[in-house]
Amino acid sequence: MRIDCPYCGSRDAHEFAYLGDATLTRPDPAAPNAAEAFHDWVYLRDNPAGPHSELWYHASGCRRWVVVARDTLTHAVGPTRFACAAAEPREGDAR
Amino acid sequence: MRYSLLNVIVNGLTGNRFTGPAWRDAAPKPAYDVVIVGGGGHGLATAYYLAKEHGIRNVAVLEKGWIGSGNAGRNTTIFRSNYLLPGNQPFYEWSVKLWEGLEQELNYNVMASQRGIVNLIHSDAQRDAYVRRGNAMRLSGADAELLDREQVRAMMPFLDFDNARFPIKGGLMQARAGTARHDAVVWGYARGADALGVDIIQNCEVRGFTRDAAGRVTGVETTRGTIGAKKVALAVAGSSSRLAAKLDLRLPIESQVLQAFVSEAIKPLVPGVVTFGAGHFYISQSDKGGLVFGGDLDGYNSYAQRGNLPVIEDVCEGGMAVMPLIGRLKLLRQWGGLCDMSMDGSPIIDVGPLPGLYLNTGWSYGGFKATPASGWCFAHTIARDEAHPLSAAMRLDRFATGYVIDEKGVGAQPNLH
Repeated sequence: MRIDCPYCGSRDAHEFAYLGDATLTRPDPAAPNAAEAFHDWVYLRDNPAGPHSELWYHASGCRRWVVVARDTLTHAVGPTRFACAAAEPREGDAR
Repeated sequence: MRYSLLNVIVNGLTGNRFTGPAWRDAAPKPAYDVVIVGGGGHGLATAYYLAKEHGIRNVAVLEKGWIGSGNAGRNTTIFRSNYLLPGNQPFYEWSVKLWEGLEQELNYNVMASQRGIVNLIHSDAQRDAYVRRGNAMRLSGADAELLDREQVRAMMPFLDFDNARFPIKGGLMQARAGTARHDAVVWGYARGADALGVDIIQNCEVRGFTRDAAGRVTGVETTRGTIGAKKVALAVAGSSSRLAAKLDLRLPIESQVLQAFVSEAIKPLVPGVVTFGAGHFYISQSDKGGLVFGGDLDGYNSYAQRGNLPVIEDVCEGGMAVMPLIGRLKLLRQWGGLCDMSMDGSPIIDVGPLPGLYLNTGWSYGGFKATPASGWCFAHTIARDEAHPLSAAMRLDRFATGYVIDEKGVGAQPNLH
């Protein structure tokens, strides 16, 4: 499996550390349902068989977090982008 | 037909013409009391104990392919009960006890062989940890013995005792642990369940569920038609999230790939199961002579049933560090299985979370050893609508309540368990 790092180019997946589902968003700790929302965020996963958006850390390279589109049925690696670019600014975030 | 020495000889001499099939090729009935999805070891054991211990015989086991074609055929066939935590250890010890009597119970040779497991110790801190673990095992009624270096050497002189980085300083042994023939376990439970009236329905993929207006699960939609059920039980290692998604459920599970390996066959060398304590590598020798070994998960979500080369290299490096003689051996086969990695590395056997639904999942990469106890406790859970005392901690809601069973203590990182 090779991952196309936006900074370093195509590298073996062994250079990267895996974190998991990139579509999860940390909930608001001040929200009234924070305990339930954090349970869902920490523990529950869609765990799809097919296209999966996931976070990989280029530990043996540029040390940046990368969002990788990968198919969990075929291991085919698709487009990648920096996680910081993928993160959507939320209401209340410092700009 | 009950197997005995006499009928093995008679049938052997007559070319097994009169042996007959070990279980019926059942066609699905319109409805059952209990439908178990998944014809692996756990599903079939559950059906067997439902019929045997709880008298519930109107049961179907549905299997997408042929029975035992999933993880039951993709493991490294080890059973043991060397766990640490009170939520786990008594359960696995009961499993070992069931393994000890399984052949007599099923009248089937599952080739259970109590050849022992030795977890190697490479540092003083590790010895302390294994002393603690050994004591925890003995408190639950299991056996555990601390070996010094010379005792390990007498047992396995081929290990690299003076490795500069990972010298072997002893081991924790469980003599009652061992290995079994994985297919025979599946076939034995299938034959036993069938004899008690359970329908085993192969080539029957579950595509969805039927539910009533109150939300209760009332049956399954399959490639062989809709089958009604008072209770639907999922025992589908590797595919739990996929089926749960059809019920709009999300589970605390990531499916990941674990690879295993078999070398070419050699004369008897490894007496039991050995685990390398400084990396992740474990090895045993099959009755055919091949060395069966494995190590870490590949570490990413996968449903591909195959892994990648870096982990093969990593596992073999671990092997070379602890027993360099395997460097001369050729790798015969290598495969990957889907592991339902739960968020604390421990399984889930529970009622719900929907009415009419029962869950058996999250076995991470330790499901084979649990086969008898998993069936035992899951059958109890289905029959009585409450957890068995031995699996009482293995609840789905433990992640919400904080009572996780985290043997390794790494938190919600499925690829690190």
